Amino acid sequence: MTSRRMAGWQGEPVRFRFDGRDYEGVRGDTLASALLANGVRTVAASPALGRPRGIYAAWTEEPNALVRYGVEPMAQATTLDLTEGLDATSLRGRGRLSEEPDTSRYDAVHAHCDVLVVGAGPAGLAAAAAAAGTGARVIIADDRPVAGGSLPDTAETVGGVPGDEWAATTLAELGGRPDVRVLSRTSVFGYYDDNYLVAVERRGADAYSRERVWRIRARQVVLATGAHERPIAFAGNDRPGVMLAGSARAYANRHGVLPGARAVVFTTNDSAYAAARDLAAAGVEIAAIVDTRDTAGHAQDGTEVLTGHVVTAVGGDEGVSSVTVSGAGHVDREIEADLLLVSGGWNPLVHLFSQAGGELRHDDATGSFVPGPVRQAVEVAGAARGVFTLAGCLEDGAAAGARAAEAAGFRMGDAFRIPETPAEEPAEPAAHLWLVEAADYATHFVDLQRDVTVADVMKATGAGLRSVEHVKRYTTAGTAHDQGKLSGVLTSAVVGHALGLPLADLGTTTFRAPYVPVGFSTLAGRDRGALHDPVRTTSLHEWHVAYGAPFENVGQWKRPWYYPRAGEDMEAAVLRECHAVRTSVGAMDASTLGKIDVQGPDAAEFLDRLYTNMMSTLKVGAIRYGVMCRPDGMVFDDGTVIRLADDRFLVTTTTGNAAAVLDWMEEWLQTEWPHLRVYCTSVTEHWATVALAGPGSRDVLAGLAPGLAVDAASFPFMTWRDTEVAGLAARVCRISFSGELAYEINVNAWDGLALWEAVMGTGTVTPYGTETMHVLRAEKGYPIVGQDTDGTVTPADLGMDWVVSKKKPDFIGKRSFARADTSRPDRKHLVGLLPADPGRLLPEGAHLVETGTLPEPPVPTLGHVTSSYRSAVLGSTFALALVSGGRDRMGEELYVPLGDELVPVTVTSHILYDPEGARRDG
Amino acid sequence: MLLIPCPWCGPRDEAEFHYGGQAHVAYPENPAALSDEEWARYLFFRDNPEGRFAERWNHTAGCRRWFNAVRNTATNEIEAREVIA
Amino acid sequence: MAERLSPPARFTPVSSDDLRIAEVPFLTQINLRVDPKSRAAADIGLALGAPLPTDPGTCTSAQADVLWMGPDEWLVVGERGDDPEGTIRAAAGTAHVGITDVSAQRTVISVDGPRSRDLLAHGCALDLHPRVFGPGRCAQTMLARALVVLAATGEEGFRVFVRSSFAGYLADWLLDAAGEYLRKGTVTSR
Repeated sequence: MTSRRMAGWQGEPVRFRFDGRDYEGVRGDTLASALLANGVRTVAASPALGRPRGIYAAWTEEPNALVRYGVEPMAQATTLDLTEGLDATSLRGRGRLSEEPDTSRYDAVHAHCDVLVVGAGPAGLAAAAAAAGTGARVIIADDRPVAGGSLPDTAETVGGVPGDEWAATTLAELGGRPDVRVLSRTSVFGYYDDNYLVAVERRGADAYSRERVWRIRARQVVLATGAHERPIAFAGNDRPGVMLAGSARAYANRHGVLPGARAVVFTTNDSAYAAARDLAAAGVEIAAIVDTRDTAGHAQDGTEVLTGHVVTAVGGDEGVSSVTVSGAGHVDREIEADLLLVSGGWNPLVHLFSQAGGELRHDDATGSFVPGPVRQAVEVAGAARGVFTLAGCLEDGAAAGARAAEAAGFRMGDAFRIPETPAEEPAEPAAHLWLVEAADYATHFVDLQRDVTVADVMKATGAGLRSVEHVKRYTTAGTAHDQGKLSGVLTSAVVGHALGLPLADLGTTTFRAPYVPVGFSTLAGRDRGALHDPVRTTSLHEWHVAYGAPFENVGQWKRPWYYPRAGEDMEAAVLRECHAVRTSVGAMDASTLGKIDVQGPDAAEFLDRLYTNMMSTLKVGAIRYGVMCRPDGMVFDDGTVIRLADDRFLVTTTTGNAAAVLDWMEEWLQTEWPHLRVYCTSVTEHWATVALAGPGSRDVLAGLAPGLAVDAASFPFMTWRDTEVAGLAARVCRISFSGELAYEINVNAWDGLALWEAVMGTGTVTPYGTETMHVLRAEKGYPIVGQDTDGTVTPADLGMDWVVSKKKPDFIGKRSFARADTSRPDRKHLVGLLPADPGRLLPEGAHLVETGTLPEPPVPTLGHVTSSYRSAVLGSTFALALVSGGRDRMGEELYVPLGDELVPVTVTSHILYDPEGARRDG
Repeated sequence: MLLIPCPWCGPRDEAEFHYGGQAHVAYPENPAALSDEEWARYLFFRDNPEGRFAERWNHTAGCRRWFNAVRNTATNEIEAREVIA
Repeated sequence: MAERLSPPARFTPVSSDDLRIAEVPFLTQINLRVDPKSRAAADIGLALGAPLPTDPGTCTSAQADVLWMGPDEWLVVGERGDDPEGTIRAAAGTAHVGITDVSAQRTVISVDGPRSRDLLAHGCALDLHPRVFGPGRCAQTMLARALVVLAATGEEGFRVFVRSSFAGYLADWLLDAAGEYLRKGTVTSR
């Protein structure tokens, strides 16, 4: 295949494969430029119609040239750096995720600055230099590997040197300043409230992280994002060989690549003339410039210009071979060419501005949407606001940068001297043509990636759609990876044409993040695998791991679930652990319970208001169980309250609710009762807690705490003692969550493992996990807040009227207990269920129905199973359930629909084991 | 990500805060004296304006203080804030 | 007495020319709540050798480090074995103060070196620029997904106070993020 690289273009060779064939490009190429250099015209088949497609653009606006390589399922060949050994395949049809895992690392960084400049073209560099000169902290982010924006594409000179050289020097100078951060290959893809912008930096496979997300908070932002050339919809405008004129110019100037041999240029404006000049100089024969205007631009001598003409047809099925042009009063002409360059004018890149909440305004002069009013602290400079001359962009950028720095509180720095640029020829006004009218619009493509044609858009408007948002969704135009960079405004224009409405009235569809595609793995960053979510562990965790415990997730906590012995499954282990606690003694890590130190002269009064029961009457040295409700009367949390002193309590909360309960306390203290003299402090992790439970627990404790009188009279139920256990300063509470004689031993968390090992060192104690704890508490009918309750359950629903004080004038929730709703007889009550088949374990969440045969749907359900276990002491499975009017159904048979089966169960009290509480004292 | 001005810690990311709903909804002096209707209004009814809205925020990941702020719900601009004391 | 165990039980200190990360275990930490305008607050400041810092986000360092946690809340940090609780209780007398031993509630990871700010910026949304968060500054905030108290202890040095249950997670996170800055002259020791 002939090389289309300009003669004399230097570059280190880079070998690569595309669709299984070997090629060579040069360092600095993109995959697209390397393919063009090798004469590869067709790089894709369109997803819906299977039409051959070529490279259409030169950067992120590319709609066609999608490839997959490595684990990357979908990348634009136009932005993909050519690297040695790159093996890419064209994407034919839809993208598919790689089956290989992505082993790269991704991460994120937070950054702050006074002025963030997006874009390192002439306007962006001038803005950054002007802002940095004031001493402001500046970040300049640019999505290209080399600085200069369009300068390397246009080969214009700045300050007497080639533009790309000026840009590189300017950027290097900026990067040398201590308070300037230069982010190259970094696309700002989202602009959110309060000048919070998110960017992705492509650092490469050899970097510590392949891609990095920058989360930037900027006091001021300058958007110098440039412009995209506009396509024109005409018959056959999707053929390989049709390319944006400015993109072809970029391939020639930036990469030394000629995208064709003989070109027709189809334009509405002057910029394509400059492209034609550069391409001609590079060696492309310009067959003709087809200008829709009646007045020609400044063409090179000898170039034929057909004014008042349009392109009406493209010859060649596999790629452009000829171009048919028509003009009023002229005979149609077919011109031989392998390249058709198109310029419909330029659209400022207002995406980020629009994301920032900025309003867009239609500018009649350029026929484009430009930035209007905006609430956030953002400036737009250069082509992004419709300034299309080099001198204008430099000036505009410098002014915007200075204004931004000043707004951030900086002024009077080193002034940025705007470099000189060659004089530019005055431009002829551009025409605004979006669509070449025709009888048939079947190959007038609007969105090349979605295969949407003008005919499709007209079908949408014909169906009555008026809004461009609706047309977008109806046709899918603008919904591909490129998010309508080229097709968006064109779609609006075609809708306008179809409806006879001005484009200005139709506006654009909403611009949303991300501006460029960003991988989920990039967004996930470090938050994946083991670091996906914090794992909270207790001071005993390593012991649980060493003893092979599987862990149960309780919120972010890892709690040992059970401790299987050799050959045991979960069921066997849990039955053994339960048996040990009911007949001997077991120990559990209870450190995860929330603990809050409540102190101050009004602490008792405060707790009286929070808990449904009375806490002020609790004696120092004693412990009381308590329930908290929300003002609506629904159970919020439960736990024990320990009175340490007249003015000091230690409150425990459920594992999952520790933070919420502390927040709840602070909320009431700060917002409703600031006069109460109370301070609350979390001490959850200051303490390690070992629960010792079972008839043998007293003897074990006595052995470990020789200084403690452990007999029932000296150390009664619901009291606590400070003592030494295993030589460690400890607080021992006599409380039970199993109905057995039990203690909770609290020590400084640093000593937790020492205590646990001492307990295990007695040789008589069986470690048990959360599953056993659940079985034991459920046998006793103790509910778990959040498992047996769901925010719609009152203490009375739980059968815990006794925990609701009748004496206190008020407490949170009290008023709601007088609402009719909380005393409905059909409220769901917590009850026990015994399956008729004692081996049948009901799934938690299963529903309950009244009859043994299902009626026609909708089937009325009475409630659901909240907890379900196998019980050794009951010799049966059992469950707790919330059942409508449950307490009036004792002994009734209900049914649990499971698949095709209706499993019969009998309603019982929720307290199934030791209802008299005989085992509490051992 | 809003930047919310904690009266104590200064501007912090929204993720550090918990939202507390409409401000100035005081716990009734004597709930027992309220009708069911009045109590239900306290429990369940809140304003939901477009525009200026006085609301409560708690700087949960910082100083844990509650404060009131007037936020424009249409633009997310926080126009005023006050310490609750 | 049996050996005490600090929370990130498997934490291995690392150091390079650019970055040093180590645990500072077993510090004495007291949570102090008191009305900053009260006599007790002044007396406690006197006893600790410096007035309680009332500028949000600042800390003082005299007999103990005192970190501002809220308008009426401080974290008093002493060396291992210190007894600031006794000092504070004696100074407060019978006044209404909240004094809570929280020594084991959090552990401390020190992050030091020229790249310390770069490391923390991977997970901390605060502006850590030396002009904004220099020595004497502290903040309660998020680091990665953990609540922390962050204190700038020097030009390049920070202490990260983290809840003990999160310490293992945060240590793993820090070491993963630090990999980029540990390439030059890395020493790993136990």
